[in-house]
Amino acid sequence: MVRENFCKCIEDLEKEVTQMGQMVIAAISRSVEALKVLDTDEAKRIISEDVLINKKRWDIEDKCIDLIATQQPVASDLREIVAVLFIVGELERIGDHAEGISKIVIMHGSEPLVKPLVDIPQMAEKAVDMLKKSVDAFLKRDAQAAREICSEDDKVDLLYEQVYRVLLNYMIENPRTITRATYLIWVAHNLERIADRITNICERIIFLVTGTMSEVNVSRY
Amino acid sequence: MEDTAKIETTGLNLYYGDFLTLQDVNIKIPEQNITAIIGPSGCGKSTLLRCFNRMNDLIEHTSVEGSIVIDDQNILEPNTDLISLRKKVGMVFQRPNVFDLSIYNNLKFGLRIHQMLNKKDEVMQAVRQGLEHVGLWGELKDKLGKNARMLTLEQQQRLCIARVLILKPDIILLDEPCSALDPISTLKIEDLLRVLKQEYTLVIVTHNMQQAARVSDYTGFMYLGKLIEFGQTQQVFTNPKEKLTENYISGHFG
Repeated sequence: MVRENFCKCIEDLEKEVTQMGQMVIAAISRSVEALKVLDTDEAKRIISEDVLINKKRWDIEDKCIDLIATQQPVASDLREIVAVLFIVGELERIGDHAEGISKIVIMHGSEPLVKPLVDIPQMAEKAVDMLKKSVDAFLKRDAQAAREICSEDDKVDLLYEQVYRVLLNYMIENPRTITRATYLIWVAHNLERIADRITNICERIIFLVTGTMSEVNVSRY
Repeated sequence: MEDTAKIETTGLNLYYGDFLTLQDVNIKIPEQNITAIIGPSGCGKSTLLRCFNRMNDLIEHTSVEGSIVIDDQNILEPNTDLISLRKKVGMVFQRPNVFDLSIYNNLKFGLRIHQMLNKKDEVMQAVRQGLEHVGLWGELKDKLGKNARMLTLEQQQRLCIARVLILKPDIILLDEPCSALDPISTLKIEDLLRVLKQEYTLVIVTHNMQQAARVSDYTGFMYLGKLIEFGQTQQVFTNPKEKLTENYISGHFG
C-alpha cells in the first residue's frame, strides 16, 4: 500500500472525530442528568468544558485543511475530508445545545421541577443513541445505517410534540408554572435540534459513501 | 446535453509485434472540449493519443484493428491521406521541439510543407495570428528573426503550439506538454489550453493528475492497455465509478 503516511493521517482524523463524538455524547447526557437533579454546579462545569469541544473542532478542521493543502486528496479521500469538516461543525453545534440545556438548568435554579421528567430523558437517550450509531456508521462507511438513523428523528419529533402538549396543559392549569414549564420546553427544543443535526451528520456520511448529497429526512421543525 | 464526439474509437486494438498494447478501446472524444487521458506509465495512453493522427504507423511491426472515426471518416482506412490527417490533427510533444531556425521560419515551415500560403504578407499575417493566439506576439514581434532556441522553454512550447495552430487543425493532441515546464509556466499553458478549446478539440496525456483535474472537461483512465473509465472530470475526480480509477487517482496504487 502506497501513501502510508496519508492513510495514517486519515486514521488519526477518524479517531479524533470519534473522540469528539464521545465528548459531545457525554455533554448531552450530563446536561440532562444535571436537569433531573437540578445540579447547577455540574451545569457550570458542562458550560466551561464546552470550550474543549470547540477546540477539538478547530483542531480537526486545521488537520483537514493541512491534508487538503499538502496531500491533494481526491475521490473518496476528498469526500471523507469534506464530510469530516461538516460533521465536526455539526458536533460542535450539538455541544452548544448541551451547553444551552446546562444554562437552562442554571436559570431554573433550585425551585422544584414542574413535573417529574419522563419524555425529556427519553429524548436525550434517543438522541445519544442516534449519535453513537452515526459515529459508528461514519467509521464503517455504512450509508444504509445512516439512512436508518435519519428515520429515527421522527421519534424524537413525536416526543417533542408530546412534551410541548403536556407542558402547555400545565401552564394553562396553573400560570405559576409558566416560567419553569417554558424552561423545559426550551430543553426539549434543544434536544429536538440535536436530533436534526444528527440527521445532517448522517447525510454527510451518505455523501461520503455514495458521492451524492441529498436531504434524507425533512424534519417537521 | 451530451457533447458531440469529434473522435470515436470502436473496438480499437493495437499490437506492437505480438504484444497487445491497446485492448478494445471504445472512447468518444467530445468536440471543443479538453479530454485528459491519465494512467500509469506504460498503460497505453500515449499510444492511444498517437493513434489519433496515426503516428504509430512510424513504429515498425505495429498493427491496428477496429476503427477510429474523425468527422465520419475512419482514419484507419488504407486510403487515408496521412499528410492532411496530421495537419487536421496536430500534435505537441513533451519537450518543446522547435527547429534550429528563426521564430518566423519555425512558423512558416508547416505552411511551406503544406503549400498553404505563399504570399509574403499572407504568411506574415498567419505568423502574427499564430503568435497572438498563444500570447507571444507582444513579446516576440520585434524578434521574429531570432533563433527559436533562444526562447525560454515555456515560450518554445507556446511556439510549438502556435506552429500547430497556424495549420488550422481541428484537433490538437498534447503529450505531456508541461512536463518540462516549471509550475508557473505550466499554469500559463493550461490557461492557453482553456482559451483554445473554444475553437479546437484538445486531447492531453498527462502524468500530473492535478493538471488533468484542473484543465480538462473529460477524463479517461487507462490501465494495462484498457480504458477503465471515461467520464466528466469532475465526476471522475470526486466520485469515480471504478475502484481501479479511485485507487489510481488517490494514489493508493500497488
